[in-house]
Amino acid sequence: MELMITPWLAEPGLVHFLIVSALLLSLGLMAVLSRRNVIMVLMGVELILNSANINLIAFSRYTSLSLEGQMIALFVIIIAAAEAAVALAIVLNMYSRFNTVHLDEIDSLKG
Amino acid sequence: MDLTAIVFYLFSIVTVGAAAIMVFSKNIVHSAFALMFSLAGIAVLYVLLYADFIAATQLLVYVGGILILILFGLMLTEQAVTQKFKAVTVNMLPASLLAAVTTVLLVYAYATTSWQMVMPEERSETVYDLGILLMSDYILPFIIAGVLLLIAIVGAILMSTRLTAIKNEEQ
Repeated sequence: MELMITPWLAEPGLVHFLIVSALLLSLGLMAVLSRRNVIMVLMGVELILNSANINLIAFSRYTSLSLEGQMIALFVIIIAAAEAAVALAIVLNMYSRFNTVHLDEIDSLKG
Repeated sequence: MDLTAIVFYLFSIVTVGAAAIMVFSKNIVHSAFALMFSLAGIAVLYVLLYADFIAATQLLVYVGGILILILFGLMLTEQAVTQKFKAVTVNMLPASLLAAVTTVLLVYAYATTSWQMVMPEERSETVYDLGILLMSDYILPFIIAGVLLLIAIVGAILMSTRLTAIKNEEQ
C-alpha cells in the first residue's frame, strides 16, 4: 500500500487538483449554510465559484478539453464580478431598510 | 519530489487552510483577509496548471476587485460599536455533516473514476490563443458578457444612489 501511495503523492496530477477543489467546495458550502451574516454567505459563494474554476482549469490542462476550459473559467470570473457588485448594492439597500445584515432577522416575507 | 510537487502542496495547504480560517473565524474582517490568501493561493494553482492569463485575471479581479468590494460592504454595514464584527453561526451540526459527506463523496468519485487524459500540452503562453478564441468562436458570449457587466454596474450604481437620495429627502 505504501509503495503505491508514495509515487502517487509525489506527482501532482488531475486528481490532486480535483481534491483541493472538493475541499474548497465543502468549506464554501459550510460558510453558506452555517454563517448568518449576508457578507459571509457571499464570501462562501465566491469560494464555491473558485472551486468550480479550479476544476475547469485542471480539466483544460489534463484532458482534451484544452483551452475551452480556460475560456469557460474566464466567463465564470466575469459573472462572479457582476454578481458581487449587484449583491453588495442589494446588501447596502437591505442594511438601510432593516438596519441589520443578519439573515434570520430579515423575515418580513415569512408567512 | 520535484519543485512542482513542493509548490503544489505548499499552496494547496495555504489555500485550504486560509479557506478554513475564513469559514471558522469569529471575526468577519479576519475572514475577509483569509479569503484574500485563499484567492491568491488559487492563482498560484492556476499558474501550476499553465493558465497564466487566468491567474493574472484572478489576481486582478478577485484579489484586487471583489475582495475590496466585500471589505467595503463589511465596513459600511457592520454596526461596529454594538456588534464588533462578531459572526453568528447556526446549524453547525447539519452544515458540517453535509460538508463532510460532500467531501467524502466527491473525493471518492474523483479517485475511482478513470479520467480520459491526454498528454499535457507544453504551452509557453495562453494569451495569444485565448485572444484568437475570444474573437472567433466566443465572440457572442464575449459581447453578452460585456452587456451583462454594463447592466450590472448601472444597476448597482442606481441602487446605491437611490439609497442616498431617499436619505436626503428624509432629512
